[in-house]
Amino acid sequence: MNSKNIFKVAIRSILKSRMRGLLTTLGIIIGVASVIIMVAIGQGAQENITQQISALGSNLIIIYPGTTASGGVNKGAGSFNRFTLEDVEKIRKKAVYIKGITPIVRTSSQVIGPGGNWNTSIEGVSTDFQEVRNWKLKSGAFFSDRDLLSRSKVAVIGTDIVTNLFPSQEPVGKYIRIRNVPFKIIGVLESKGQSTMGPSNDDIIIAPSTTVLDRLVGGRYINLIQASAKSVELIDSAQVELRLIMRDSHRLNETEDDDFSIRNQTQITETFSETARTLTLLLGSVAGVSLLVGGIGIMNIMLVSVTERTREIGLRLSVGARSSDILIQFLVESILLSLSGGIIGILIAFGVSFVLNTYNIMTMIITPFVVIISFFFSAAVGVFFGFYPARKAAALNPIDALRYE
Amino acid sequence: MDMVIETRNLCKTYKIGEVEIKALRGVNFSIDKGEFVAVMGSSGSGKSTLMNLLGCLDKPSSGDFFLDGINTNGLSKNEYAAIRNQKIGFVFQGFNLLPRTTALENVELPLLYDRQKKHANSAQKARNALCRVSLQDRFEHLPGQLSGGQQQRVAIARALVNDPALILADEPTGNLDSYTSMEVFSLFQQLNDEGITIVLVTHERDFARYAKRVIELKDGRIIRDALIQNRLYAKEDLKLFKQSEIITPI
Ligand SMILES: Nc1ncnc2c1ncn2[C@@H]1O[C@H](COP(=O)(O)OP(=O)(O)OP(=O)(O)O)[C@@H](O)[C@H]1O
Ligand SMILES: [Mg+2]
Repeated sequence: MNSKNIFKVAIRSILKSRMRGLLTTLGIIIGVASVIIMVAIGQGAQENITQQISALGSNLIIIYPGTTASGGVNKGAGSFNRFTLEDVEKIRKKAVYIKGITPIVRTSSQVIGPGGNWNTSIEGVSTDFQEVRNWKLKSGAFFSDRDLLSRSKVAVIGTDIVTNLFPSQEPVGKYIRIRNVPFKIIGVLESKGQSTMGPSNDDIIIAPSTTVLDRLVGGRYINLIQASAKSVELIDSAQVELRLIMRDSHRLNETEDDDFSIRNQTQITETFSETARTLTLLLGSVAGVSLLVGGIGIMNIMLVSVTERTREIGLRLSVGARSSDILIQFLVESILLSLSGGIIGILIAFGVSFVLNTYNIMTMIITPFVVIISFFFSAAVGVFFGFYPARKAAALNPIDALRYE
Repeated sequence: MDMVIETRNLCKTYKIGEVEIKALRGVNFSIDKGEFVAVMGSSGSGKSTLMNLLGCLDKPSSGDFFLDGINTNGLSKNEYAAIRNQKIGFVFQGFNLLPRTTALENVELPLLYDRQKKHANSAQKARNALCRVSLQDRFEHLPGQLSGGQQQRVAIARALVNDPALILADEPTGNLDSYTSMEVFSLFQQLNDEGITIVLVTHERDFARYAKRVIELKDGRIIRDALIQNRLYAKEDLKLFKQSEIITPI
């Protein structure tokens, strides 16, 4: 039989029982669609994380208090030295590979403005903040070293704050109240864009670290230190340098472990990406199982079909079909079934991701790789699970098949 | 005359477990081109077994069988398939049409497996075959929409479509009433007149007289091989049948 006839025969037989064909492929449809959707969700999450971390700024190095408990004895919470502004000052004076450094004092609070109330987070930073975080202003100005020294009650706000507290007026020059302390707004940050993971980058108020410590938090401890290396190549040297300065600042002797940890942006991105990759793999393989189940569904129906069509097979043999013709016919039928299931599944996945992306419900990224893999995988499912029934059909001899009741 | 079939000491033994059933015990005969042979015999005498061997659906246990001058002994499975496709048209008692498939597509079936591609236009070829069995207005009908006699005519068209050397029919009228049977025999006689060699199995002595020659089997052996005297013509019988129907109201 030539290839045109093979497809003609296979398509005819499939079309003769459309409903069954659809039900048979349903497993493959669901399998392929869920594999693609799951992987797309995983990759969307990965992309989000990467974006959000790179939004933090270039060459960023972050120093956290405490260790990540890798090796050595965990001294327990509270026993390590927390960071103070003195640590920051020491680094600023001694470090040579660092372009900028800022403490971060975090708190969150209800903020009152002309437009109403708004709950947001406040970060107390130094004048290097813009440099370190690579964050430009949309309007107004950033606070100065003088503001920092004199603990001025000034603030620079993110665009989300503008939207919520100053819906219809220019915020620069106006006042907001944070925990009953009036802050004068002197600038507005450029938008860093909405991200779906966690809170928005733009939902933030920036104020001098001294003011935040004094007026809002109370005490002298800062949450973490952010610095930026002079260039990407100098990140590693900067990390070494920062570690030595911090150990010195915390008076650690040679036998003592670090009571802080230093990470750069690439390391942070990698850690999160690794997690997201694992998640993607997990989601994908769970969905892969359903694809396998779909394949077994195809085998099941093909076996039933071979039994049901025994007389048809006998007839085909009696008019001159070879065993190989029968084998190929059933194989092509199962491949066509699983492939069309695969294609429908791919279309459904694209539809779902289009809807979820358009309505901002979830970031989904469908890569061509996943689509191609699932397309060929569904074809492979057809071959693999179609082969046994097809061979069973081809092994029949014409007389027994014709006599089959 | 050309010999279409020649058998030499053809034997077929079925084995079921330890039991051996000798269905054919040395059958010798030859059939020339243009002959019309009726194979008769009581149930279990080996008629179907013989037809299956002649149709290359099964292999003999021993003995030789020449078809159109070719010794079929020792041919491969695929060569058997090619012979079934090229040289033989088989008509079954149960019609064996593909369900939910139009008459035209059913008739086209053997052409799908024609590796020599003798026919440029298989659909046209199938239409011609259906016209030969007077079903020119039933191309797109499904088997379920056809009467038994019409279904058997579709099956005969399918047997004809590849211009076989031989048409084999195992009790082709076994599932039909006597009037429809006569119609089918009339068709066979017409095809035979056109030069097609036909071998068929029938239980009815009356129907055997539509053939030109009768071979009778008993316990796997030929007990009679004779030309038919006073051959009957199904067309005329059909006419008589119609007249009697008009004359004798029920
Ligand atoms: N596939 C088979 N396996 C075993 N024995 C068989 C098989 N086919 C036929 N036989 C035996 O061979 C003998 C001849 O059978 P066959 O079908 O040829 O008879 P038949 O003349 O066609 O009978 P009927 O008129 O009832 O169709 C019978 O005894 C039957 O039981
Ligand atoms: Mg029989």
